[in-house]
Amino acid sequence: MRKIENELDLRAQEAVNKPPAAGEDIDIDRYGRVVVPEREYLDNPEVLSTGVKQELLKAGIEPSGKDRVGTFIQIDHSVVHASVGQPGIEVTSTVKAREKYSWLDDYWWKAVEVDTDKFTARAHLEQHHGYFLRTMPGVKGIYPLQACLFMAQPDITQNVHNVIIAEENSELHVITGCACAPEVESGLHIGVSEFYVKKGAHLTFTMVHNWAPGMFVRPRTSAIVEEGGVFISNYICMQPVRSIQMYPAAELVGRGATARFTSVLVSTPGSMIDVGSKIVLSAPETKGEVISRAVSTGGKIVVRGLLVGEVPGVRAHLECRGLLLNKRAFIHAIPELVGKAAGADLSHEAAVGKIAQDEIEYLMARGLSEEEATAVIVRGFLNVEIQGLPEALTNEMRRIIELGEQSVL
Amino acid sequence: MTEKNNALPILELDNLKVKVGGQEILHGIDCEVKQGETYVLFGPNGSGKTSLVMAIMGAPAWKVTSGKIWFKGKDITKVPMSERARRGIGMLFQRPPTVRGVTTRKMVEIASNRRANPEALASRLQVTSLLDRDINHGFSGGEIKRTEILQLLAQQPAFIMFDEPESGVDLENIVLIGQAMNELLGNETDPQQKRSGLIITHTGHILKYVPADRGYVLLDGKIICSGSPMKVLKQIEENGYERCRKCEK
Repeated sequence: MRKIENELDLRAQEAVNKPPAAGEDIDIDRYGRVVVPEREYLDNPEVLSTGVKQELLKAGIEPSGKDRVGTFIQIDHSVVHASVGQPGIEVTSTVKAREKYSWLDDYWWKAVEVDTDKFTARAHLEQHHGYFLRTMPGVKGIYPLQACLFMAQPDITQNVHNVIIAEENSELHVITGCACAPEVESGLHIGVSEFYVKKGAHLTFTMVHNWAPGMFVRPRTSAIVEEGGVFISNYICMQPVRSIQMYPAAELVGRGATARFTSVLVSTPGSMIDVGSKIVLSAPETKGEVISRAVSTGGKIVVRGLLVGEVPGVRAHLECRGLLLNKRAFIHAIPELVGKAAGADLSHEAAVGKIAQDEIEYLMARGLSEEEATAVIVRGFLNVEIQGLPEALTNEMRRIIELGEQSVL
Repeated sequence: MTEKNNALPILELDNLKVKVGGQEILHGIDCEVKQGETYVLFGPNGSGKTSLVMAIMGAPAWKVTSGKIWFKGKDITKVPMSERARRGIGMLFQRPPTVRGVTTRKMVEIASNRRANPEALASRLQVTSLLDRDINHGFSGGEIKRTEILQLLAQQPAFIMFDEPESGVDLENIVLIGQAMNELLGNETDPQQKRSGLIITHTGHILKYVPADRGYVLLDGKIICSGSPMKVLKQIEENGYERCRKCEK
């Protein structure tokens, strides 16, 4: 056992019952009592069943690997596929990567604290793989890299720990899809993700959630961005889920680093989505932006945002807009700004409301029915500006958002 | 003129009474607009001009409590707003709302049912740079009017209502807007192809650029006068709407 393991074990053990800072507490022991069989490795993910492939496509994962530089697929507790088609980019399980690289200890539980809460503790004590993605210095991914975490067996917990490293001046676009099989009604997914964006690197991370009405989801994510680095996170969650709570953070530690979080959230009746984005600007000339669009068709949404300006000359903006589509809709926007130095420029705007009648009438005067006008306005609302992604991935995001709109409209 | 006077009315209002928020705003309006003619509706602020166009357009908040609206010979009093638009009623909004995430291009597609070429229309109105911006978001007064006309050119309605087309617009833009209105109304083409229009104005400035066939004066929710538009305008300019009130019989 490695040196760090003892200390991590101890800290995790102490936090094993520690409730989360936000969101509903969950009895983790309700899950994971069943035996989860090891699944066989697939050289070609296209042999997956049609039903599974359909769920993957909804989450932005292309089973054929077309227009992707690499693919990682984990089903339940097994890595069933990991491949990459470009030198200088690595795709494997974090378990394998830790066996291979002792230096990975320097990145292991360094962005996210192991004792954050019972979920991080569980992810350490009962880790079921997760992906390790790395671009070597100066390497630019020709296509996006896709990573998929899939749950096929009902009532289990999947505890993954991911590490993504973009070495100096490299560029990588990751699309990650989380989904479950049509027959999975409930389960728990814990996903720890630690991002390291080195000097001058550019990393985009587009995550699509396509869970099920009985699923509990607890991602724990943090990114550390060095000088001139760019970290862009896009999150799409438009399908029913029992409960998601996450509050990913980016810490801008190097001069001129940038982070941008964009979230598109739809909460249908029975869903509870508690999603925030946090940016800590701790180096000069760093910039941050948090944008969220939340639509409730009867489910609950808590949308949080926190900008912390620690030094002078930093700038960040937070924008949260929520749309309530019926009487049962619920959106709670909590934007927060913390300025710790004169010259930190932080701002926010938040608005929650229903569709304005005059907007509907305006479109009706051009020939649309009331239903059609409402649909166009909701689509427009969700049509958030996406920056920093290659065109193909922007189109992919648009496609997924359009697909998700069907659950709203 | 004789031929014109024989033209059938495209729009007829028959003792129209309209309430907004429970309060009666229009107290029995009788008027008509003939096929191929453009009428002007004068009236001071608060006289009910916008309510009249909103009621003709069919906006739900403007409730017709009695009377009828006839369009192309059919009773449309209970026809929904979108259907009125599809049957050929178009409207230039005085203060259209901003719709975030819906671009000017999208509005052109909606108005034309995807038949128009947005680029070609936009370049004529010098609004190409606004095509991919959210409609009315941060637009100047002139830009708002020009993109309103852009949508109407895409929609090609048989009858067009212009609610204060010159308000909030500088002189240079009024000329451009006047030209576009003439194009829309078919004033520069074959007289047989002319469309019908109703221009709402309280200053009458737009009449310097767009010819009209008849003028009405609306005061306190009633039409109190009609006649040659230039004569009516001259009266208003010389004596104000107060004189119209006294003239009321």
